[in-house]
Amino acid sequence: MELLGSKPTRFGFGDGLVELGERHSNIIVLGGDITGSVMTSLFRDKFPDRFFSIGIAEQNATTIATGLALSGKIPFFASYGAFCALRNADQLRISVAYNEANVKIGGGHSGISVGPDGATHQVLEEVAFLRTLPHMTLIVPADYEEAKKATVAMGEMVGPAYIRFGRSPVPLFTTPDTPFVLGKANVVREGTDVAIIANGALVWEAHLAAVELAKRGISARIVNVHTVKPFDFETVTAAARECGCIVTAEEHQVHAGLGGAVAECTAKNAPVPIEFVGVKDSFGGSGEPEELMVKFGLTWREIYASALVAMERRDTGSSGVRAIKDVPVYTA
Amino acid sequence: MTAETKRSLDFNDTTFSNERRAPEELAPIANEIRRDIIRMLVRAGSGHSGGPLGSADIFAALYFSGVMRYNPKDMTAPRDRFVLSAGHMAPVMYASLANAGCYPKQEQETLRKYDTRLQGHPGRDMHLPGIETSSGSLGQGISIAVGMAMADKLVDKNDRRVFTLTGDGELQEGSVWEAAMAASHFKLDNLCWLIDNNDCQIDGRVPDVMNVYPIDKKCEAFGFDTIVVNGHDHADLQRGFDHFLANQKNGSGKPTAIICQTFMGHGVSFMNDKFEWHGKPPSKDQAVAALEELSNY
Repeated sequence: MELLGSKPTRFGFGDGLVELGERHSNIIVLGGDITGSVMTSLFRDKFPDRFFSIGIAEQNATTIATGLALSGKIPFFASYGAFCALRNADQLRISVAYNEANVKIGGGHSGISVGPDGATHQVLEEVAFLRTLPHMTLIVPADYEEAKKATVAMGEMVGPAYIRFGRSPVPLFTTPDTPFVLGKANVVREGTDVAIIANGALVWEAHLAAVELAKRGISARIVNVHTVKPFDFETVTAAARECGCIVTAEEHQVHAGLGGAVAECTAKNAPVPIEFVGVKDSFGGSGEPEELMVKFGLTWREIYASALVAMERRDTGSSGVRAIKDVPVYTA
Repeated sequence: MTAETKRSLDFNDTTFSNERRAPEELAPIANEIRRDIIRMLVRAGSGHSGGPLGSADIFAALYFSGVMRYNPKDMTAPRDRFVLSAGHMAPVMYASLANAGCYPKQEQETLRKYDTRLQGHPGRDMHLPGIETSSGSLGQGISIAVGMAMADKLVDKNDRRVFTLTGDGELQEGSVWEAAMAASHFKLDNLCWLIDNNDCQIDGRVPDVMNVYPIDKKCEAFGFDTIVVNGHDHADLQRGFDHFLANQKNGSGKPTAIICQTFMGHGVSFMNDKFEWHGKPPSKDQAVAALEELSNY
């Protein structure tokens, strides 16, 4: 993996939408007042006839999108994830998912890297909710290019879909040629000693951790699970069986997000020790994104340390069941 | 109990065309819809009696006066659409669709049963012809209808009509007013919002649970051409629909709200205007009594 630059994933969403608009005349975009922030403004400026401003009314926008979808349109509605995944949770459940309506949601300002706006706007819980909804596709892209490809892919599939993207610039390391298939996790680094299963901005941090681990002779595999749902059970199971221990890493609560999905998968298919890197049952706060990533333990250092713990648990007890003195009991 | 009253519990095969029909011809259809509601609910052993019975006249006018244009033999063809926002009133929609010939009348006996197309609240995944959307979480249907009306008027630019029905207790859901705001903002004169104003909800009279009045002034303030009608008087209901048709025809840019004043459980005297009948079915004896009364209607 090579660092190619730095760009917010929301730019990928905005550019992907414009590409979709050029390809398909039935793409409609609904605005929720923060169009410049979630980059739907790009589509609005290019296709004003296919853009409708709904105002600050996320429940209504979600259900209007359903009405449009049931009329053969492909509506995208984007806002901050706090408002377009959770405030409208009931609408997503009944009107969108139960109807299997072809509604697409773009959830911005995800994770604590939102920065100064603070906890109210730093959504850390929506992956947990969205991945329990039947029929829902849920994508957490790692960088600008992946976000752009994912946006186009979700527009061209049939069924409800949600894409999670962020506000602040994050490392760019994939190219337009990097493969992207919905539902198919990318093994972005081969390895056999420990599997780091990550998505979003934490994929790059996983890379940094793997580089440091390699200096100690540890071979880390990195799996980018950009599609949390449908979940790629095969790739994750193979990683568990071939590496014997796992670290999950995500900019989300450690509960019920990517780590939860990996735990559900491996509990059934290949019970191996797992260490979870993520926000540990707390709300975010104001600060610069880099400061917050350090404060909440979302850097390569935590992934690196967790990899050592995961390997120790694997090596000390066959499945991590036997007590290990130096490892505290997992509580959160 | 006579053999005839026992037989009245059975569904019959009579259906009605959806051609243009005069108001005075609608009462017998409403009566048959009410009878089917009773027949369905007594078999189901659960479900909502009051709202469906009370709104049967509105549904007869909607499905059988010609105001809503559809082909009962092909409910996927281009058509006017109806979204039941108050999903718990499903039995009256199911009975209307059956009496229009959208699906076999006998199938009404499966209401709320395992694997039925007649789910307790409408489920689009069961593919019952004429069910445009799942509903049951109050306040959402009207927003879906707004989205449909936007697709018709602003995107496809056709002359189709979208109807939606909410309850009056449902107006307590804030998102209803988000939808209302959007309907007038987008000048959706192709949208007709029917409000079943029976003044009852599960916990009691609407103003006691949470006051929603004055409904007409609220609708007007939200930009609707608002008309209040007697929801059991077919001539008056027709007056409401004529208002809507004129709005659409003249391109008034105003969505229409028809506030239909009804009595919950109307047509069955022991249920009439009693909020206790919001969410329960009749017993077999009550059903026989109700059908007897409805046959003398």
